[in-house]
Amino acid sequence: MSDHTQPLPPATAKQNWRKRLLIATPYFWLLLLFLAPFGIVLKISLSDTAIALPPYSPTFDWSDGFSGLLSLFRELDFENYLWLSEDPLYLNAYLSSLRIAATATLLTLLVGYPVAYAMARAPEQWRPALLMFMMLPFWTSFLIRVYAWIGILKNNGLLNFILMSAGITDEPLNILGTNVAVYIGIVYSYMPFMILPLYASLEKLDHTLLEAAADLGCPPWKSFWLITLPLTLPGIVAGCALVFIPSIGEFVIPDLLGGSETLMIGKVMWVEFFGNRDWTVASAVAVILLLILVVPIVLFQRHQEKRGEAFS
Amino acid sequence: MTTRSSRLFSTTVLTLGFAFLYLPILILMIFSFNESRLVTVWGGFSTKWYSAVLANEAFLDAAWVTLQVAFVSSTLATVLGTMAALVLVRVGPFRGRTLFSGMIYAPLVMPEVITGLSLLLFFVALNIDRGIVTITLAHITFSMCYASVVISSRLVSFDRSIEEAAMDLGCTPLRAFMTVTLPIILPAIVSAWLLSFTLSLDDLVIASFTTGPSATTLPIKIYSQIRLGVTPEINALSTIMILLISCGVITASLMTKRAEQRKARERAEAVRNS
Repeated sequence: MSDHTQPLPPATAKQNWRKRLLIATPYFWLLLLFLAPFGIVLKISLSDTAIALPPYSPTFDWSDGFSGLLSLFRELDFENYLWLSEDPLYLNAYLSSLRIAATATLLTLLVGYPVAYAMARAPEQWRPALLMFMMLPFWTSFLIRVYAWIGILKNNGLLNFILMSAGITDEPLNILGTNVAVYIGIVYSYMPFMILPLYASLEKLDHTLLEAAADLGCPPWKSFWLITLPLTLPGIVAGCALVFIPSIGEFVIPDLLGGSETLMIGKVMWVEFFGNRDWTVASAVAVILLLILVVPIVLFQRHQEKRGEAFS
Repeated sequence: MTTRSSRLFSTTVLTLGFAFLYLPILILMIFSFNESRLVTVWGGFSTKWYSAVLANEAFLDAAWVTLQVAFVSSTLATVLGTMAALVLVRVGPFRGRTLFSGMIYAPLVMPEVITGLSLLLFFVALNIDRGIVTITLAHITFSMCYASVVISSRLVSFDRSIEEAAMDLGCTPLRAFMTVTLPIILPAIVSAWLLSFTLSLDDLVIASFTTGPSATTLPIKIYSQIRLGVTPEINALSTIMILLISCGVITASLMTKRAEQRKARERAEAVRNS
């Protein structure tokens, strides 16, 4: 920032005012429409379900002013959280979501790393096109891409048709409605998010290091393990965060591809809200999910910021 | 490892990787031209599902709602995202900066069910009628974060001395920004707008939470149809959407690339002439 050889003229009052407006506009927007709603979720998670519109109580009436606010606080309690802790469904759903997301992230890394590696090794004039075609599916609808797998995976779908015609299996494989289908769905939908940061760190890799290692008699697998992997660790961390965090709360994939054995918290919350119309329990589910996610999200933000500073 | 075997490895991996990415979409497109209603049986070529989609009022209404939301939300998200990117990259430390960058990065990974639920409860608490306006507000909020990340990655590589030169020559900061900075970061602004637009076209979860009975977007409509089963009609609709979006994205990327090449040529010429 401070690389001026000559000092700039002192900022005028008008410029200061402009700068403040520049900060305040997006700041205010995010405070109002991103942060404040979480406060409301927290409040409703501490409320009671009521047969009313909106279906919870107490509700805050602006006309009551400060005394209304006080009596509102007195009526809040942790009943919904007690309910969540008593029913093993919720604990199992959180654990199972973490497990499914972790497994799927690992699978995405195992599939994505070789692809990113090959893209970074491709002739330079090819790379922009490869990158573009890697990103293109990401631009097209997520819902449609998940939907495309239903026709392939179902019992009388294309995959079983091919397997049975080729004589590989006699009976159709039961994939749709299992966790395997959910893994396929997550790997498929989130792959560009994994490949992009991996590719960025692989492309920056200094080749002379690998050549030096080879000259000194280091076998390729060992130089991969000792040089390539540690140097691309930032890409691996970023890619895994971009897949792991959102897939914990994934709804569309477990709903369309998973079955009764697939227990994921995003779907539990959706059913609680739209199916059972229980807004207070759905809010409590969301608050706990948010608490689980806070640590990985903060780590991800730190990581992104550090990378941003390294660039400038 | 010899170069030949490593090249073979690269080609195989790239072929498999891209096949995995594109085959499902390709199969979906092929079966949209299937005469038969069954997904595995090829009953001959037909475009009847396309005429069925184009004659379906519910789909067309939903598409119109979706386009309106996408257009307004992506435009406002790009403006707010550009401002946020300038704050992240240009404005030095200020109080509350960590919170600000947290609010920019967190929505990128926040599960949609949480964002959707929190916005819905927010709108209910403020007694705002849910519909096309609330979906648009929700879409602006998450799209502006994506937009600001795209634009700030361009801004950090931008050489500030050009802008300073303009100001030394008497430009006001605003004018220097408009005539020097903006044209240079324009490709990033275009891709930020396009990304916001497609994110809005795509969104099912947040739109489901924040909409009311008055507004149904295309993903909501498609989702309720998919729950009833795979139909060639949905395949046809999906094919139309995928082709339109792909054409838009490819055209935009070719255009920005060409503009950049032209600029690089002009710059080289200017250096030669000076």
